[in-house]
Amino acid sequence: MGNGRQDFKTDAAHALADTALQKALQNVKRGFVVKREAARAKLPEFDTLREDARAIKDHTLSHLDLYLETYERKVAESGGSVHYAPTAADARAIILKLCQEAGAKLVTKGKSMVSEEIGLNAHLQAAKIEVVETDLGEYIVQLRGERPSHIIAPVIHLNKETIEADFRRAHHRLPRERRLDQAQYLVAEARKVLREKFLAADVGITGANLLIAETGSSVIVTNEGNGDLTSTLPRTHIVIASIEKIVPTLEDAAIILRLLARSATGQEITTYTTFATGPRRDRDPDGPSAYHVVLLDNGRSEMLGNEFADMLRCIRCGACLNHCPVYGAIGGHAYGSVYPGPMGAVLTPQLQGIDRARDLPNASSFCGRCEAVCPMDIPLPDMMRTWRERDFARGNPPFSERLFLKMWAYAAKRPLVYHALANAIVLFMARRAGARGRLSRLPLAKAWTGTRDLPAPQGRTFHSLYTRARRRGRV
Amino acid sequence: MSAPEETRAAVLDRIRAALGVASLDHARRTAVVRRLERHPRGTIPSRATRRGEERVALLTDMLTKQGADVSRVPTQKEAVGAIASYLGTCNLPPRLRMGADRVLAALPWREAWDIERSFGRAEPGDRASLSRAVVAAAETGTLFLVSGTDNPTTLNFLPEAHTILIAASDIVGSYEEAWDRVRAIYGQGTLPRTVNLISGPSRTADIEQTIVRGAHGPSRLLVLILG
Amino acid sequence: MTSTPAASKQGPLVGLFVTCLVDLFRPSVAFAAIKLIEAGGARVEVPRAQTCCGQPAYNSGDRQDAIAIARQVVETFERFDYVVAPSGSCAGMLRLHYPRLLAEDPNFAERASALAAKSFELTSFLVGVLGLTKVDAAYEENVTYHDSCSSLRELHVREAPRRLLASVEGLSLVELGESEMCCGFGGAFSVKYPDISTAILDAKVRDIIGTGASTVLAGDLGCLMHIAGRLVRERADVEVRHVAEVLAGMTEDPAIAAPRQKR
Repeated sequence: MGNGRQDFKTDAAHALADTALQKALQNVKRGFVVKREAARAKLPEFDTLREDARAIKDHTLSHLDLYLETYERKVAESGGSVHYAPTAADARAIILKLCQEAGAKLVTKGKSMVSEEIGLNAHLQAAKIEVVETDLGEYIVQLRGERPSHIIAPVIHLNKETIEADFRRAHHRLPRERRLDQAQYLVAEARKVLREKFLAADVGITGANLLIAETGSSVIVTNEGNGDLTSTLPRTHIVIASIEKIVPTLEDAAIILRLLARSATGQEITTYTTFATGPRRDRDPDGPSAYHVVLLDNGRSEMLGNEFADMLRCIRCGACLNHCPVYGAIGGHAYGSVYPGPMGAVLTPQLQGIDRARDLPNASSFCGRCEAVCPMDIPLPDMMRTWRERDFARGNPPFSERLFLKMWAYAAKRPLVYHALANAIVLFMARRAGARGRLSRLPLAKAWTGTRDLPAPQGRTFHSLYTRARRRGRV
Repeated sequence: MSAPEETRAAVLDRIRAALGVASLDHARRTAVVRRLERHPRGTIPSRATRRGEERVALLTDMLTKQGADVSRVPTQKEAVGAIASYLGTCNLPPRLRMGADRVLAALPWREAWDIERSFGRAEPGDRASLSRAVVAAAETGTLFLVSGTDNPTTLNFLPEAHTILIAASDIVGSYEEAWDRVRAIYGQGTLPRTVNLISGPSRTADIEQTIVRGAHGPSRLLVLILG
Repeated sequence: MTSTPAASKQGPLVGLFVTCLVDLFRPSVAFAAIKLIEAGGARVEVPRAQTCCGQPAYNSGDRQDAIAIARQVVETFERFDYVVAPSGSCAGMLRLHYPRLLAEDPNFAERASALAAKSFELTSFLVGVLGLTKVDAAYEENVTYHDSCSSLRELHVREAPRRLLASVEGLSLVELGESEMCCGFGGAFSVKYPDISTAILDAKVRDIIGTGASTVLAGDLGCLMHIAGRLVRERADVEVRHVAEVLAGMTEDPAIAAPRQKR
């Protein structure tokens, strides 16, 4: 997706002008927001569970090395293998090697944001391995050569007519006269096409919502069942997960699962929650014969030691996206990152560097809704501000912004200078506005006046009026 | 690419450096071991403390809301009858794939002599399957199914119509109680290859947020509560 | 450590934190605030050595300047029993962010915490501290109220302004459809990302117009100027005022962005 600041503003402008996207964002924003609130209302213990979940994650992160060691041992005991990947490139290489060792020609994939983060599909495809996304939304964006626009609902930005066109273009054996004008027909078509892939796949790759140290298990949550067909049918199952996904016990997983679906879509639980532990056992009639877990670092260990450690508590529910006015206005693609919205604004600069990703933490009004709905109590606006501090320290903001800020700060630290300048400026503005009471044009203020009038000042500063009123004994 | 041992050490060392801890810190290790042994519980929703018929009613209510068909059958004979009539309701031929589960095998199948039963993992052509859940958590209408020859995992996902039998006495309130049951059967600190927590038929809302059943897994789920 | 109210028959001494926007754009809000605080039984002083709470620097990542300004504010205001601002965002800055900004400064850490504990947004001060339950004002209009994000989510102010508005004679309050939504101002965000800011603003404006109210009120001048600027550009017939003006019965001045009335 491009690097450099201009892309965000341009992409955001396109998104704002895209009427189909705007319509989709309206519906979805309200749907998820209303449903989450309803789910919360039905569970009186919701806020206590958030405290529990935060405590679990904080404890785990402060002992992360030990829980990873335990997890690894347990996976080995169950017949699986753990592979550590310090970087995205390491993870890609490990997974490609495992696929090649398995003689894989076709790989099916469950939904995994981490696999998008590392650019896995392109890497496998370059090695002539066919990769098929099986989550319906991910499958559709794969057909379109796009990124998902939301971490939970990948095609929230598309209407069914667009999806029908995509299927007709990509499904070569689809008869022209087949009806695809309703969601149910589109789903039936996808089921048919993907069923063939599920059955033919050599390797299945999934992410993990959670890893459990106690048992060496990986957990995925889906509504479709695609994750299960991906992990159960092929000979080899590969799990790719970042290291902070780990929790100590099954009880800890239960706490987080109580929050995850409710925060994401307002469901009490997803249809399928699957705990996978190693390859098939002696008397298993089905299941993979090889089970591998690739543990990705890619910046997480660095975050453990810096101001962004709290971000490692994130369970990828997407509630912050759903409640964010900025995400709600521009959708996910404008962020230019695998991770959009408030959580993306904190995570992306860590992954891409603040120079390249500076717009993400800067394009926020700090309304605080994200933090208010986060089930893991992550102080997202504070962390965005910390990124702004780093951005500022590197001299990234445009010269005019830095100059204006310097001038403002200079005056603000010197009340006498400030009051004198302020009086002069507001007098000028009030006169220019005249009886109209507002300014539709003003030098240096085009960013405001492009779309809004600027209310005129009353003409004198409060301090000068107050001083005068006191002198006249009127206050 | 470095050797696995090196990359492993690299990641763990980085973590320890970030946390400012030493690998051989005894107090930390003890804390972790103890927590894993105790596996303490957090907050359990009050709805999970319902008992008896109220608990069964909660399970039924949750599953129904999540799109499953739920039937209470007092006897094994009625269970078989319900299975047969479900196949009819779903417009499916009287063919059923199941595992070697003894409880299921012991059902009075002669009461539905025309059902053709086949055993083992699900095959692509199977349209209906029958499994048994080892335990269910009423709090969200969630059934726990375990892999193995008794109830192969593929039965849960390949066919169009899936029936799950659960004994009323195997219904608990919370996830935590369910895991304790699983531990009692399968051991501590270990799990079978797959534990599926199933709370309804397969669905997707990816297309314009419209809910459609049968995205990849079964489009119909019948839960039979026996006893 | 909270300082106890001055043991004086005249009531506690309040330092008015004017806020830069009120100082520059709408002094009448500060005069209204003074009137209300005095009606509640407290005394008001306005220290002259105040300029800004430092948010522009703080939210732009200029921590050094934010710290310098914070120290200045602490020094200027710590002698008062209370500090009151007719703004949720400035009050939030003093209450929540100053202690964090100055946490590493041994000379100021405790002082900042002390100041934070006695700093308040205007309506929450009137109701929560002074125990004011009604005001002596009339305003015969359908009014809707926008909760600023800072007031709502940093300071948990929601009931106080409504309580006082309920006592205004002739006033009927109709709630916004989505009162929890941001208006898109966000300080410098409004000019750094104007397209996005305006898109968020338009949703708020539609909501306001949808209530059918003739007037929209709020406790933050930044939000109000933002909202008024768009309402008037779109030629909507809705007046915009600060809640203090209505509560103090001081609505003779033109509304925000409104033309000067011919006398």
